Amino acid sequence: MQNPDVFVAGVGVISALGKDRDENVFALQSGRSGIGPISLLKTMHRNTYPVAEVRYANEELEKLTGFTSGISRTALLSCMAATEAMHHAGIPTQHSFRIGFVSANSVGGMDKSEDFYEAFHDDSTKGNLEQVIHHECGSVTELVADKLGIRHFVSTISTACSSSANAIFHAARLIKNNILDIVIAGGTDSLTRFTLNGFSTLMILDTSPCKPLDENRKGLNLGEGAGYLVLVSENALKQLKATPLCKLSGYHNANDAHHQTASSPEGIGSFLAMQGALNKSGIQPRDIGYINLHGTGTQNNDQSEGTAIRRVFGDSLPKLSSTKTFTGHTLGASGGIEAVYSVLSLKHGYIYPNLRFETPMKEIALLPETEFSIDPSIKHVLSNSFGFGGNCTSLIFSAC
Amino acid sequence: MHDLKVQIIAQLNLQDLTPEDIGDDQALFVEGLGLDSIDALELIVLLQQQYKIKLSNAEEGPKVFRSVRTMAEYITAHQPKA
Amino acid sequence: MRTDLYILSSAAVSPQESFELKDRYENIREYQGTKLTCIEPDYKNILDPKLIRRMSRVIRMGAATALQCMKSANRLEVDGIITGTAYGCLEDTITFLNRMVGNKEEMLTPTAFIQSTHNTVAAQIALLLKCNAYNNTFVQKSFSFEAALTDAVLLSREMENCVILTGAVDELTETSHAIISRFNKYRENVVSSKMCESPAAGTMAGEGAAFFLLSNQNHSGAIARLDGMSMLYDPGKIEDRKYWLNTFLDENDSRREDIGLILVGRNGDSSHDQLYPELESVFSPLANCFTYKNFCGEYPTSTSFAMWMATETIRTGTLPLYNQPFNLQDEKKKILLLSSDIHGHNSAFLLSSC
Repeated sequence: MQNPDVFVAGVGVISALGKDRDENVFALQSGRSGIGPISLLKTMHRNTYPVAEVRYANEELEKLTGFTSGISRTALLSCMAATEAMHHAGIPTQHSFRIGFVSANSVGGMDKSEDFYEAFHDDSTKGNLEQVIHHECGSVTELVADKLGIRHFVSTISTACSSSANAIFHAARLIKNNILDIVIAGGTDSLTRFTLNGFSTLMILDTSPCKPLDENRKGLNLGEGAGYLVLVSENALKQLKATPLCKLSGYHNANDAHHQTASSPEGIGSFLAMQGALNKSGIQPRDIGYINLHGTGTQNNDQSEGTAIRRVFGDSLPKLSSTKTFTGHTLGASGGIEAVYSVLSLKHGYIYPNLRFETPMKEIALLPETEFSIDPSIKHVLSNSFGFGGNCTSLIFSAC
Repeated sequence: MHDLKVQIIAQLNLQDLTPEDIGDDQALFVEGLGLDSIDALELIVLLQQQYKIKLSNAEEGPKVFRSVRTMAEYITAHQPKA
Repeated sequence: MRTDLYILSSAAVSPQESFELKDRYENIREYQGTKLTCIEPDYKNILDPKLIRRMSRVIRMGAATALQCMKSANRLEVDGIITGTAYGCLEDTITFLNRMVGNKEEMLTPTAFIQSTHNTVAAQIALLLKCNAYNNTFVQKSFSFEAALTDAVLLSREMENCVILTGAVDELTETSHAIISRFNKYRENVVSSKMCESPAAGTMAGEGAAFFLLSNQNHSGAIARLDGMSMLYDPGKIEDRKYWLNTFLDENDSRREDIGLILVGRNGDSSHDQLYPELESVFSPLANCFTYKNFCGEYPTSTSFAMWMATETIRTGTLPLYNQPFNLQDEKKKILLLSSDIHGHNSAFLLSSC
């Protein structure tokens, strides 16, 4: 079967580390984490849980994106990163490409809906209806697609924490099948009381900055942001006269089929996802130069992911780290943000540190990188994203 | 202990069970009633709501929630005096 | 897009008696008021009681429909599970939201939160089938089912002889109905069976689940073929939509005369239904044009119910609920599904016998 290449021609990202690519890279290089006390989100847990907030209020993001006021923060974050990605890829305003927007999120317009519900809860005739118009996840995508002028194709994926990794590989398939020439693919999520309280009931939120892969890890910190790749066909790449950053060479999704929230101790889903992605890109485990882990910092995830990594890679592990030690767990956006970091890792040889690591896990010791470094020899980067419902996805980016 | 069983059935939505179906010493998790980690979290909230007992350390869970009897003993020992 | 997928089986929970396969669906359930709600099967016979206790209605409807679909094709394994849902698990979302606001963010329990995730239905199906294969969920408003089907097509092109379980589900809850009612979307004083005949302001709300077992190979016992499916988002002009529809037919090597039956997404709301005459005029004179929302109500993934009706028409030779005979096989005719909404979602499906 014919298997056309899919190239990455641009990236865009916003997170607690900064509003664009350069600000994110600077923070990653200097080891400055974005995790800190809650300042923008209105919640009772303000002084309990640290989070990784994007340091811009909605009003500032409205000005930067040109959205009218009252739009969900999920859409504002999405628009920031998607716009940057399109500029980075040099997509002209006038063009004849078939462009799609495949975006993922898990909260949709919940940040507005929960405000609506404060009034609606006591009196069902109350509550500003404007706040629920864009409740649906798909609405957030359409708001941004309309803003970007994308009409050929819009789609939204919502598979919890693996959402945007799935969006990226759905997009790759659309290009491989010659349905689209260019796809802006990734995801977005904003912090909400709904998700903060939800994770709080699961008792997997750390009250201090998280420590993924550490024996003394206590859980995750939530974050927010958005990250997108511009995926293009070979033909579109020529027309854009662009130099590709890298190729998306492998992808695979598998289901753990173990439990609604917990990962299986053997990490079956994660193992199948990594193995499937390696098969797809036709490379061996030893070819992987860096793994951007899912690495949330919960007991369950890190043990399960670690076990699966040992099974795939044996004793010769590639360099690895969890950038959630910088950005927190941005849920539906994490696969997108981490794909951006993975592409930049491949392009520039960046190896990101796993902050706050002290003691290796007893059962399954993985020694992550603890300092930022540059390794120009990296040819392939693996990015893992695992979500509720046993949804496990791995992506592999390869040098051109 | 009967009341506690009623509360457990309601909290966990164990539709087909009556309090009589749950033995005082029957294991609640895995082979016994087949409860899982999510149920444990639900039971922690049950203790908070009904008995004003806050399980300070999640690692205590398995010991406290081994059976209805261990739960009842924990409640008797930790219930705030009225 | 050409889909080239064979439909091995279908199943639906809807406001009609659709769950058990029949040769004729004669009994029409009528609803008064502003909504049509699903007739649900006895889940105890279908779902594992241990899993049922945490499942809200939408999850039960989705999971039971998926299992029924597997059962009717006599299959235990699939190569992929792909769902579409616009609203996801609304009841669980509202339950958690309600407690969060009511209890001022204290003493909350995890179950509703966990089950509120949009991919819960697909995940529960994987758990029930113990299926480690591909699993994905699409949430694109009234394109959610179409987006899931698109993914099924892309997945099918990467595997030889694969079987993919694809479906859509959306539920109506008291709260969501109360909120949408405040937008004046619903009309009173109409009987569901008549709602499409006399357009006025507003429609009736609906809900449902429909699943299909799809394969890129023509297995013996396959019921129908999904030839093609296409979406058009936010067209500026009516000409764009007509051009799109004609292109869709060309892509599928079909002429207007090949269409023996058209199912259209009119919902009885005059501002919505005015989108249809121009599209239908592509096929004028319209011989056999029928509506489906008078049976399932208006909901974002209702095209999945229409596809169930089309599949059952091909299987039984009779258009369900209308009791109208259609022998498409002998005349080599196809079925077209056509849906359009005022938010710029247009979709078309083409099915034929196999």
